[in-house]
Amino acid sequence: MATPTIETPRSGRMTPGYSRTTTSRGNFEMIAWLFMRLSGAILVVLIFVHLYVNLVAGDGISGIDFGFVAGKWANPTWQIWDLAMLWLAMLHGTNGIRVIINDYAEKNSTRMWLKGVLYTATVVIVVLGTLVIFTFDPCPVINGVPHVADYCPAA
Amino acid sequence: MPKTLSPSKLIPAGTLYRGREGQWSWVAHRITGVVIFFFLLVHVLDTSLVRVSPEAYDAVIGAYKNPIMGLGELGLVAAIVFHAFNGIRVILVDFWKQGPKYHRQMLWGVLGLWALVMIAFSIRHLSHVFGG
Ligand code: HEM
Repeated sequence: MATPTIETPRSGRMTPGYSRTTTSRGNFEMIAWLFMRLSGAILVVLIFVHLYVNLVAGDGISGIDFGFVAGKWANPTWQIWDLAMLWLAMLHGTNGIRVIINDYAEKNSTRMWLKGVLYTATVVIVVLGTLVIFTFDPCPVINGVPHVADYCPAA
Repeated sequence: MPKTLSPSKLIPAGTLYRGREGQWSWVAHRITGVVIFFFLLVHVLDTSLVRVSPEAYDAVIGAYKNPIMGLGELGLVAAIVFHAFNGIRVILVDFWKQGPKYHRQMLWGVLGLWALVMIAFSIRHLSHVFGG
């Protein structure tokens, strides 16, 4: 009779009955860990350029008003830039907070509640931000009154 | 009489985990991450006012233009720049073969770069905030 081979615990090839982790959660935590690093590396570039263009170049923070935002979003590159920053930062931040909640909230119900609030906030902010970027109108007409700016067609 | 250690040398002083640089940089990374996240929620909300009306956006941005908010912005930039540089350090510790060996030196690198960037940024930003 051949000697039965006993696989090492982490080989993933042991008899299912002896496995400590159920496969239902899969390797979600590993993907999340990797995502934190990938998104972090991209966010450095996105955020540093964002801060430079908005707070350092030109008139810095003094130059920020509706016209400044309109000028940026007239350019599709800035729309995509801000969209990528919104999604990556929100997902990176949400996953970070999820890990922190798991670390400190010991009661099952507390964890569920906190994560429920977190995910609700994330969905609201990501959807709102995305809609704002794509439905933005630099020359809105509000209650029949057109916005006056040098980049808007004269009424 | 045999030499004995005095009791104060035998009893550990408290149970605080002493992870030194690695531990404190983790604490700072965690706190800055949370601060940036809550700022981001508010930042998306205030920027969304461009969709309400130009006046609404300018009113809120105008309300931010005072020295207290200016210092708050400086603090937020300081938090983001630290989190970004230390995040790169964490990535290097995880993926670069020599990373764990040099994690402490890299933290000093992070703090040095952070100080340089913050000195340059403070001059620029505070001259807008206090220069009228
Ligand atoms: C600027 C570029 C950024 C880089 C390079 C970066 C890097 C990282 C890395 C590598 C981690 C994982 C740490 C670990 O697993 O131990 C992390 C955690 C985290 N990040 Fe970022 N991040 C950046 C931006 C942001 C932003 C914009 C936010 C907020 C929206 C944020 C919030 C967080 C939070 C809350 C954590 C969890 C901290 C913890 O578990 O202790 N980060 N960051």
